[in-house]
Amino acid sequence: MFYRETGQFKQSYAADQAVFPILQDRIGLAIILLVAFVVVPLFGNEFLLASVMVPFLILSLGAIGINILVGYTGLLSLGSAAFMGVGAYSAYKLSTIFPGVNILVWILCSGFFAAGVGVLFGLPSLRIKGFYLAVATLAAQFFLQWCFVRISWLYNDNPSGAIEVPARTLFGIAITGPSATPVTRYLVVLAIVVVMTLLASNIVHGRIGRTWMAVRDMDIAAQLMGIRLLPAKLLAFAVSSFYCGVSGALMVFLWLGAAEPSAFDIKLSFLLLFMVIIGGLGSMIGSFFGAALIHILPIVIRMLPEALGLPIAAATVEHLTYLIVGGLIIFFLIVEPHGLARLWQIAKQKLRVWPFPY
Amino acid sequence: MSLKNWLYALSAAASLTLPAVHDAQAEDSIYVPLFTYRTGPFAGSGTPIANGMHDYLTLLNERDGGIGGVKLIVEECETGYDTKKGLECYESVKPKKPVIVNPWSTGITLPLIPKAAVDKIPVLSMAYGLSASAKGDTFPWIFNPPATYWDGFTQILQYIATQEGGGVEKLKGKKIGYIYLDASFGREPLPLIEQLSKELGFEAKLYPVAAADMQNQSSQWLSVRRDKPDYMILYGWGALNATAVKEAVKTNYPMEKFISIWWPSEDDAKGAGDGAKGFKTLNWHAVGADFPLLADIQKHVVDAGKSQVSGKDKVGQVLYNRGIYNSMLIAEAIRKAQEITGNKVVTGEDVRRGLEGLNIDEARLKEIGLEGFTSAVKLSCADHNGHFSTFVQSWNGTTYEKVSDYIAPLSDKVGPLLDADAKAYAEKNAPWPARSEACDAS
Repeated sequence: MFYRETGQFKQSYAADQAVFPILQDRIGLAIILLVAFVVVPLFGNEFLLASVMVPFLILSLGAIGINILVGYTGLLSLGSAAFMGVGAYSAYKLSTIFPGVNILVWILCSGFFAAGVGVLFGLPSLRIKGFYLAVATLAAQFFLQWCFVRISWLYNDNPSGAIEVPARTLFGIAITGPSATPVTRYLVVLAIVVVMTLLASNIVHGRIGRTWMAVRDMDIAAQLMGIRLLPAKLLAFAVSSFYCGVSGALMVFLWLGAAEPSAFDIKLSFLLLFMVIIGGLGSMIGSFFGAALIHILPIVIRMLPEALGLPIAAATVEHLTYLIVGGLIIFFLIVEPHGLARLWQIAKQKLRVWPFPY
Repeated sequence: MSLKNWLYALSAAASLTLPAVHDAQAEDSIYVPLFTYRTGPFAGSGTPIANGMHDYLTLLNERDGGIGGVKLIVEECETGYDTKKGLECYESVKPKKPVIVNPWSTGITLPLIPKAAVDKIPVLSMAYGLSASAKGDTFPWIFNPPATYWDGFTQILQYIATQEGGGVEKLKGKKIGYIYLDASFGREPLPLIEQLSKELGFEAKLYPVAAADMQNQSSQWLSVRRDKPDYMILYGWGALNATAVKEAVKTNYPMEKFISIWWPSEDDAKGAGDGAKGFKTLNWHAVGADFPLLADIQKHVVDAGKSQVSGKDKVGQVLYNRGIYNSMLIAEAIRKAQEITGNKVVTGEDVRRGLEGLNIDEARLKEIGLEGFTSAVKLSCADHNGHFSTFVQSWNGTTYEKVSDYIAPLSDKVGPLLDADAKAYAEKNAPWPARSEACDAS
């Protein structure tokens, strides 16, 4: 009734090709952005901002990166956590070598280093596919993590072996380091994630994205149509690693504050892959859904007993969380194997014909 | 998504934004959160520590009505030894004004080091974390008694020297193997080893074990068999310890020459069977439940069903007693803070002063009911570690027995390294705030 595009006429090709052709979608997006930029910072407490929203946004950005590679181009990768690590370590090195340059510049630049490393490890993707490629990227995961432990130049010979985030400011306001408030960190992360999501959305809807999807659906057919496979696949690796790298740099600088090499272990790679699979392969909004399910849901479950006044021991809650989240993942995958994004689409479709479904 | 799911999502979102329903920080109580890990790959070590910490503080509540008449609110937060979850715990306890946090993981400690001064919450990382945080002038909010990993290494070396019948000069020409977790914790002694092996003339053989390969050390032990080191030193945690002991037994390495830093538990040695007899570790507190305080815990906490220990025999195990020691430091720091400020309800700032003024002498230990449990603890504004002596204990098949006297660390070797590290940390994290906290004359 309300969600219906009747009467919305497209008068130009641009309007017809828009990412959000329906007016209601644009209004919805504006409301979401308004809530994210104004309502959440105004009314959210520190815990919500620092432990829920900031990690959620950073993980979403990482999930978008993996979605570009796995979801859009169909190249299975298990090295994403390592590429995040490359971003984090290069941002750390750059910011300690050139402390005068604004940290945001280095966070974004670190993506290029991750992209370079990603391309290098993406080279075998022309010849090997599917699970074999997953194994090849697994090599990247182990090799890079080994580097983070062994090459002490990467962490400036800190005896702790970890990278520690120095305090940096933007317009005189601390955005990294201990005195950066959760609100500032949240707004900085949000701004970067929104801009980069918009960019990614435009890339995947354009020529490049269509090239990737053609490669994903059948690479020989794509080749016959004149798509050069190697550049297309390497570009996917580069863009994907760029997003992972920026998300890794954000993770260390605006979320954790210090990181040991184990922060970028294989567990994180799997976690991000699960987010993409549960959220929806080949869907931007799916990346956000997946990150929300994997990161926010356990926090909510953990807080429920306390909020309800139930005396359950912390460890038991943790076990319950594993059980419930695991159960939900299986439930969602059975109900909708194409992920939460597909559920979202079905819901929208149902809404269009409501209240007179046919 | 059905309507029901939406309702769930909505109520979940609402519960996040609403302030916590009941505020833990009542007027007349002290909030002490405990970061524990009873789940995950390190739960085997984490559970006894958590039980020890929890039971001691619960005893104070049950028997004495808290500290100085003020009840303690003890709350566990499960970290699973995961840095991200640990930080989440920190953020969730912060609004409740904790007087102290114990991260129980080096990974969680490192991000908290710069935060501590801003949030005014002291961090007690007991014999782990950043060694340089022993320097109170640079790190006024971080405390890591009773010894650093560097201290521990020099203590093991001195023990080896006494086994050889003399001082450290006896190490000359010896071959010492070092098997360690290839992460920050195990790599920390490497610069010290390099320096000492030159100065003392021993040959060091390094056997790193990657975190992912903790349970697969056969290649390292093959090298040990080939190199035949005179002594082996172990710096491990979790499954690494148990596997190392097992492999050492399999390799027929003489166990009495295999000495570990203070983290192995009974279970680590037990798993290797009878062959593990003679395996040695450092320690700074007694093993066993033969103390008035532990008897009280048995009576007031365990028998009353207020503890999570799975059996009576767990009380008094190495890591359980380590938790007791940790909580003793917390409780005594709060007591000292009450003494300094004259307030009953203390804040994090007060407890920081309490930790700097911490002075648990033999008489006080006897009062607590832990006479002979450990050596006296005294911290100061400049020294947040104390660099206390530790002793060597040996596994006899059922428990650990003390087999050496207290050994002091080689402070003349370790001291300069600590100074250099603290300075480097402050430089790398510039602008690092200079210490502004006044020092109580004690």
